[in-house]
Amino acid sequence: MATKVEIQNLYKIFGKKEKQALELAKKGHSKEEILEKTGATVGVNSASFKVEEGEIFVIMGLSGSGKSTLVRMLNRLIEPTAGDILIDGENVSQMNKDELRKVRREKLSMVFQNFGLFPHRTILENTEYGLEVQGVDKETRQKKAEAALDNAGLLPYKDQKPNQLSGGMQQRVGLARALANDPEVLLMDEAFSALDPLIRRDMQDELLEMQEKMHKTIIFITHDLNESLRIGDRIAIMKDGEVVQVGTGEEILTNPANDYVERFVEDVDRSKVLTAENIMIRPQTLRANKQGPRVAAQQMKAEGLSSMLVIDDQHQLKGYVTDKDVLAAVKSNIRNFDSILRTDIPRVAKDTLIGDLYDIIYDSDTPVAVVDENNRLEGIVIRSLVIGALAKEREEESNNGE
Amino acid sequence: MENSILDVIPEIPVADWMANFIDWLTDNLSWLFDALRDSGDWVMDSMTELLLLVPPVVFIILLTALAFFAGSKKWGLPTFTVLGLIYIYNQGLWEPLMFTITLVIVASLLSIIIGVPLGILMAKSEIANFIITPILDFMQTMPAFVYLIPAVAFFGIGMVPGVFSAVIFALPPTVRFTNLGIRQVSDEMVEAAQSFGSTGSQQLFKVELPLAKATIMAGINQTVLLALSMVVIASMIGAPGLGERVINALQRAQVGPGFVAGFALVVLAIILDRTLQGFNKD
Repeated sequence: MATKVEIQNLYKIFGKKEKQALELAKKGHSKEEILEKTGATVGVNSASFKVEEGEIFVIMGLSGSGKSTLVRMLNRLIEPTAGDILIDGENVSQMNKDELRKVRREKLSMVFQNFGLFPHRTILENTEYGLEVQGVDKETRQKKAEAALDNAGLLPYKDQKPNQLSGGMQQRVGLARALANDPEVLLMDEAFSALDPLIRRDMQDELLEMQEKMHKTIIFITHDLNESLRIGDRIAIMKDGEVVQVGTGEEILTNPANDYVERFVEDVDRSKVLTAENIMIRPQTLRANKQGPRVAAQQMKAEGLSSMLVIDDQHQLKGYVTDKDVLAAVKSNIRNFDSILRTDIPRVAKDTLIGDLYDIIYDSDTPVAVVDENNRLEGIVIRSLVIGALAKEREEESNNGE
Repeated sequence: MENSILDVIPEIPVADWMANFIDWLTDNLSWLFDALRDSGDWVMDSMTELLLLVPPVVFIILLTALAFFAGSKKWGLPTFTVLGLIYIYNQGLWEPLMFTITLVIVASLLSIIIGVPLGILMAKSEIANFIITPILDFMQTMPAFVYLIPAVAFFGIGMVPGVFSAVIFALPPTVRFTNLGIRQVSDEMVEAAQSFGSTGSQQLFKVELPLAKATIMAGINQTVLLALSMVVIASMIGAPGLGERVINALQRAQVGPGFVAGFALVVLAIILDRTLQGFNKD
């Protein structure tokens, strides 16, 4: 894949004595030192990263970390103090006004935290805006805007004003407006942060669904780690204007680059991040073709188990047997599991979230089997593990609360 | 007065400087002032004559209909308009009313034509804001009568100097409210406009001015009312209209006629104010 957006040593200094502060920042002085010496604030400090075409690249950080400043430098709503911004290899930071306007019109679209819809314009007129400023004739731009609204299921609302719509719907309009002029890169600044949690989750799903069809390059700003893990192909973590780590969610969770990232990562809601794969254990299994009730009875006794899973030679899950049934079968001198095999065991995929797993396991007498798409057994999850994983989270929450 | 250290500084001849400056302007730009006065007089005389051609009954019906639609189709304002205008006609003040309306319309239009662009300039440029703000303060706080003197020096007496002083007095609210309205447009709106690649004028006309409209209209409303009050004062330098009647009554200490004309002005002010406000709400 090609690199779509690249930033190199990007700086933003706010305040007077810009040059002096920039020199200090380049020498590696900290944000506090520079503020003390020059009175200038370092918004973004030597940020560099590459965004590949077609990926969702999340920039995450707490408020004041410079993430919103950074994304605004990509389309130069904020002028960078130093550094380069390359989009398709073209240096945006060197462009004159006309070239910049062309890039804004044709390549970049932005979605805003508070939706950024114009209250005096109807939904359709809002969606048309990007095409309107390009001078597209009325008929064409209405057709394109209506198509974008139709995609988002909003066509019936086209003649309403933004304040007549709910927050979630307004942001769908914001997204439809951004997509109406078919940009290559979508900049989303805390796009879902103003929405309530359930709506936010729906919007994340919709974004992912849309991305499967459209393959835009999306740069998504958020302060919410769960959100970044859910939607981000790769994540950049920012602190005090610096990019401290770039990697996939998995990499960041397992290998936090420094204490800051680690602390950030600790706050993750485990039930929304950990999956069956993270807590499943290797099960004791029986081979349907090779082993019978006597072996089963022997192993259950040795391991102190009340039930065991039965698989075939292809490692596919057949079902399970209980200790009572096994003993009865041994007494009746039965040689295979066919008559005592039970199949009412819950099966889940390994990417099932623990939060969802909890409900399944709560109602089940048996462990939950983790299987792949071919029904091959990958592991089991037992109740105590789910509760243990969730309890760890509660414990941390109560510690944080003190 | 006792001698003070401050007496070391001799009196600075500010009054002479100002007088010299106005004299210089009058001498050197008289061709311009004369042209403005002649064309202004012609425009306003024709306008008043035109207004007087409209039969009072028709005029009252039209204005009442306007008030009806402005006041969200309620009956309070239209009723007041009908009764108020009948009162003015009844008291023999119809012709002065038309002169006053002409002066207010011309002064307000000029204020808007000058004021809105000036307000936009102030909103867009910190330098313009820095320079124009104290000038507006000056225009608003200097006693209104003081404008009358240079107005007479430039234009003699009559309608044109009246409009000139009314514009100076009534201009600031439109400028200030336009500036305020545009500055109040939220950053996100401006960023949204810019992020789609709007040019400066697209941003102004498609986003900023529509969003600032209510605020600008509030400023224009103020301007119209200030223009009305200044038009009355301008009667002291020969501007015709209802104010002329008030001044005449004042000079002869006639309580009755003074009240009659003064009340007519109040009626006009209320009709103008409520009608404009009504349109602003829509």
